[in-house]
This record gives sequence, structure tokens and C-alpha cells, in this order.
Amino acid sequence: MTTRLATAFAKPHPALVCFVTAGDPEPHHTPAILDALVAGGADVIELGMPFTDPMADGPAIQAANLRALGAGTRTGDVFRIAAGFRARHPEVPLVLMGYANPMTTRGPEWFAAECHAAGVDGVICVDLPPEEDDALGPALRDKDIAPIRLATPTTDAARLPAVLEGSAGFLYYVSVAGITGKQQAQLGSIEDAVGRLKAATDLPVAVGFGVRTPEQAAAIARVADGVVVGSALVELVGEHGADAAGPVRALTAALAQAVHSARTVAA
Amino acid sequence: MASEALANSFRTQPDERGHFGAFGGRYVAETLMPLILELEHHYRAAKADPAFTAEFEDLLEHYVGRPSPLYFAPRLTEELGGAQVWFKRDELNHTGAHKINNCIGQILLAMRMGKTRIIAETGAGQHGVATATVCARFGLPCVIYMGSKDVERQQPNVFRMRLLGAEVIPVHSGAHTLKDAMNEALRDWVANVHDTFYIIGTAAGPHPYPELVRDFQSVIGKEARAQMLARTGRLPDLLVAAIGGGSNAIGLFHPFLDDASVRMLGVEAAGHGLDKEHAASLAGGRPGILHGNKTYLLQDADGQITEAHSISAGLDYPGIGPEHSWLKEIGRVDYTSVTDTEALEAFQLLCRTEGIIPALEPSHAIAAVAKVAPTMAKDQVILANLCGRGDKDIFTVAEHLGVVL
Repeated sequence: MTTRLATAFAKPHPALVCFVTAGDPEPHHTPAILDALVAGGADVIELGMPFTDPMADGPAIQAANLRALGAGTRTGDVFRIAAGFRARHPEVPLVLMGYANPMTTRGPEWFAAECHAAGVDGVICVDLPPEEDDALGPALRDKDIAPIRLATPTTDAARLPAVLEGSAGFLYYVSVAGITGKQQAQLGSIEDAVGRLKAATDLPVAVGFGVRTPEQAAAIARVADGVVVGSALVELVGEHGADAAGPVRALTAALAQAVHSARTVAA
Repeated sequence: MASEALANSFRTQPDERGHFGAFGGRYVAETLMPLILELEHHYRAAKADPAFTAEFEDLLEHYVGRPSPLYFAPRLTEELGGAQVWFKRDELNHTGAHKINNCIGQILLAMRMGKTRIIAETGAGQHGVATATVCARFGLPCVIYMGSKDVERQQPNVFRMRLLGAEVIPVHSGAHTLKDAMNEALRDWVANVHDTFYIIGTAAGPHPYPELVRDFQSVIGKEARAQMLARTGRLPDLLVAAIGGGSNAIGLFHPFLDDASVRMLGVEAAGHGLDKEHAASLAGGRPGILHGNKTYLLQDADGQITEAHSISAGLDYPGIGPEHSWLKEIGRVDYTSVTDTEALEAFQLLCRTEGIIPALEPSHAIAAVAKVAPTMAKDQVILANLCGRGDKDIFTVAEHLGVVL
């Protein structure tokens, strides 16, 4: 249901969006890690679908993908994890993020139906630009699931309407031209970009790629509707494995505190 | 349908969105989309510019050594006892394979676009060597991504690339082979879009790469068609070429696609056998999305990409260029596969009968020729693409024959 996403971004504070990879380090560990994100104060959960060839991801999330696949994670496990999450957390929006081949291999309608049955609110397909989105996007919208698109520093004004057409939930601004988990962009350029995007759409704008610390997250939260943190959390899962829930909850809590209070604390 | 008027030609693909029937397309992250569109725009302009074509052709003649000879193989023909076997000798090109044709075209395009840094992926190292070569020729910095497993098994080519001034970066992610090198090159590109041009080595990847690589490699088929007509007054009955990503094959086939009398056979690598580890995406895969295009892929039920295997590192890739997927589906080209063992036998057969040491990639095509020639009449003509020479493969072949060098 896209209303869960709308509610999350309608809160009186910016939203913290947290990413982890499903099945990392093993499928049965993911529920406790997701619960830790919620307990720590995450407003939106992004659950990564592992893929053998995560071309847009940096070393941390590449390694998480390989750990999850190495532990035997299947697409069925991802949907079981999502459905279990929905049963435990009826109000917290859940977004699947991944690559086109696992999402479309059994047909876009099949994927949309599985998402619907599992209570997924939105889908980010990294390597499916609007030019190729004539099947998955319609199938998702048909099930009231938000196709969430990415805008980047290279998305110019001429292209932006195509990106926005048919997108829903929120707009994910990739703040650096690069892969996940690397350098952060200059805050000034992020502020400019968010301003341009918000002038073109009523969708909330969340900013991600390279956001690692509560300080960075707070700075972005002052200018955007949401902040996405992925690699820093995934690295904790890599480091602590089966015991990752505690450290994940601690980092999430620090990020949530910073993001939620960003606009009430003097800069 | 509006396309009815063109339905008789097989040479008008892709459509304006880069689709070959249901295949091809532009499946890339948003960061790369504007760049892909810009590349297409510049390629259209270059293609229409006689000065670009003139420079490309001048370099092919005086630097690469084109046209490559068309050669009738008398002793192989006699040994096989059927159709006449002819070879397009692209192994005689500078750098020893067809790869250089495409690299010349792409680096001219890169300079036309004002790009100042070149990246490429390589498997066996042939495309890496060809890319490093054109970068040295034009004085541009060059970074080659190569799976760490391939770096180990292709040391001579790694040394060649470094001699030519390229930086070779071993890729340790995934399975440490060609597809991982391509992932890493895409990651580099996405982070350096402002100044970097990615020279893709085969007729695959996001549109317009499959089209432009095909166009640059089509020099093979254009020359061969004219040479065959001049020498014999007729067209061949059958074309044969090996396929990894499929650039040498599409380069040979494309100019003949509308010649209804010419049959075509693409030869995939069956590795240890189609029921075991192999690299035959058409025979053993199904359509999916990887590396920017929709095409036949080796994958499991969940769409996870599975590892390819071939004795030939140049064929060791779990996908295939999208135009081949389309040509298979419409039935214009037949596809078959050849095992490691059969390719090794064909390698030795050509050495022994013609005094030519072929690369392991065209050895797959030769193995297919050895199967099909005896079933054809003696007045029929087979033209196979000898797309690379075998100097780079003597260590691999020696190991498989149990010889210590």
C-alpha cells in the first residue's frame, strides 16, 4: 500500500530510510536485523534483493549480496522475509530494491503479485530506466505498489519529466555519480539538486549514496524529505554477522536522533 | 504495421530504442542513461560524417593491415572431403585478432566526444590488448579491468597491456572472470562519466553498443563478400563463426543477412558438454537482463547469473549479443555448439593441414566446419571466420595435451 509511504513522509520530521540486504548473512538472521532498524527509529525500510551482478553497488553491498547468495538465499526467502516483516510491523513501509533480472525473470506480473501478497509498498529497480519500464512499472501500479525511480546528478532538466512519469512513493536522489558506499557529495550541490527536484514534483525527495554518519545524515535532513543509509549498516552486518542486530540498532538510533531533530537543532 | 515495408530486410535492426525484436535495449542505472543517449547522438553524427569514415578506413588499412586476405584452405578441404573451406584471415590483423577493428572505431568516437580517459573490460586479454594498443597510438590513458582468475591464466597478455602503457586492474569480486570485469568497468564508468569513454569489446551492452560494435566489425563481412565475389563469382553457401559475445560473428554475418542463399552458423562454446559446465547461452540459457541488455543468459530459476565455462577465455561469458538472440528467434541464423575437446582437435587439425595456428575461439568454428563440410557437396563453399591467432593459447593447449613447456 502506497499510503504507508505517504504517512511516513508526512511525519513532522524528515524520514530515515535504512537499507539492508535480504538473507545477509543468512536468511534467518534478517528478521531480527529488520526489527532492529524499526526499534532504532527507521521510518522506511529498504530491503535489498541479492543479485550475482550488483553493478551499481560498491564493495560493501557487493559483499552482502555474495554473503546472502552464498547462504542459499532465494527469491522465495526474500518474500518470506518481507511477509514476516509486514505481519510484525503493520505500519512501517517496506521497499524492495534490486536489479531487473531477478525482478522480471518470472514475469513482471508474477513479481508484482508476490510483492502485493507480502505487503511490499514500493520497488526500486536499479537498472530499469523509464525507457525500458513498459512492463514492470504498470504491473506494480496495478497492484498499488509504488515504482520508485532514481534521479542522479546527470539527470538533466530535459530528462527529469521522463523519470518522474509513473514514479510514486518518493523520489530517490542519488547524490553522487558513482556506486553505493563511496564519497559523499558536497552539501551545497545536494541542496541545489533537491530544490530543482522539488520544483518539478510533489513527491517527497530522499537523498542517498555515501551517507554514513549521523552528522552527514543530519546535514542532508535539513534540506531533504528523507535520508537513505545503506552501506554503513551493511558493513555492520558484515562485521557482526549473526550478532548484528545490536550494533545495527545502535547506529540506526543515532542516525534517527540526528535526522529527526535536524530541523529543530541549530545548524 | 508500419514496419511491413521493411519486413524483407534483416539488416534494419535495431529500432530507434535499441531493440532487436524483443532483445537489446538500455538497461542501465539512471546515472548512465544521459551518457548512453549522448553516445548515441554522437554515433549517429559520426556515422553520417564522411571524415569519420575516412579516418576509420585509413587506420584500418595502414595501421591494422586491412583488408585481411580471403584464403582457400586446400588441404583442410581435401581432408574433410566435402565442401570447399575458405577462411577470412582476421588473425593477421595487428594485435592478432578482429578486436582491433572495433577499438579503432570506438577510440575515434571517444576523441570526437572529447573524452580523455579510456576504460575497458577483458577476458582472455585480446580486447584489453587491442584497447591498450589504440590508447598508445592516440596517447590516451587506459585502464583495463580483468578478472583476477584471468590475470593469472593470461599472463602474457597482461604483460602486453602493461608494455603498451595500460593500467591492468585485477577484479576480485564475484567469480573473478569476464562478467565481473564488466561489472567493475561499469562501476568505474558510472563514477567517471564526465571524462571517461568505455570501449566495450563485444556486440553487447546497452544500446548503442551492440549496433556500433557490429557496424565497426562489419568490415569483416563487407570485405569477405566482395572478395568472394571477385575470386569465385559467387556467394558462399555457408558462413561459420565462433560466438562468445558474438562480435566477430555478427561482423561476418551482417552484410550477408539479406542474401537468401547464404546460410549461417554461429558456434557457441559447449565447454565440458551442454549437460555440464559450458558457455552456450543460446543452447542452455533463456532471455534475461544483464550488462545493459536483454538477451539469452545462463541463469537459474531466480534469475541469478550462473558461471560460464570454456577452454577459451574469450568465449567464457554467460551472455551473448542481443542481435544473435534475435537472429536465433527469427531463424535467420542457425546456432550450434562445440566442446573443449572438439575445439582442441580442430586447433591441431588446422595447424597440421594448413600451417596456421588458430586461437581457441575460432577453433570452435573450425570444429563446426569439420562436422558440416563432409555433409556438403564438393562444389559448395563454406566461409569461416579465422578471428584470432593462437600464439596466446599455446600454454593452454600444451597443458591440455599434457606437454610441459
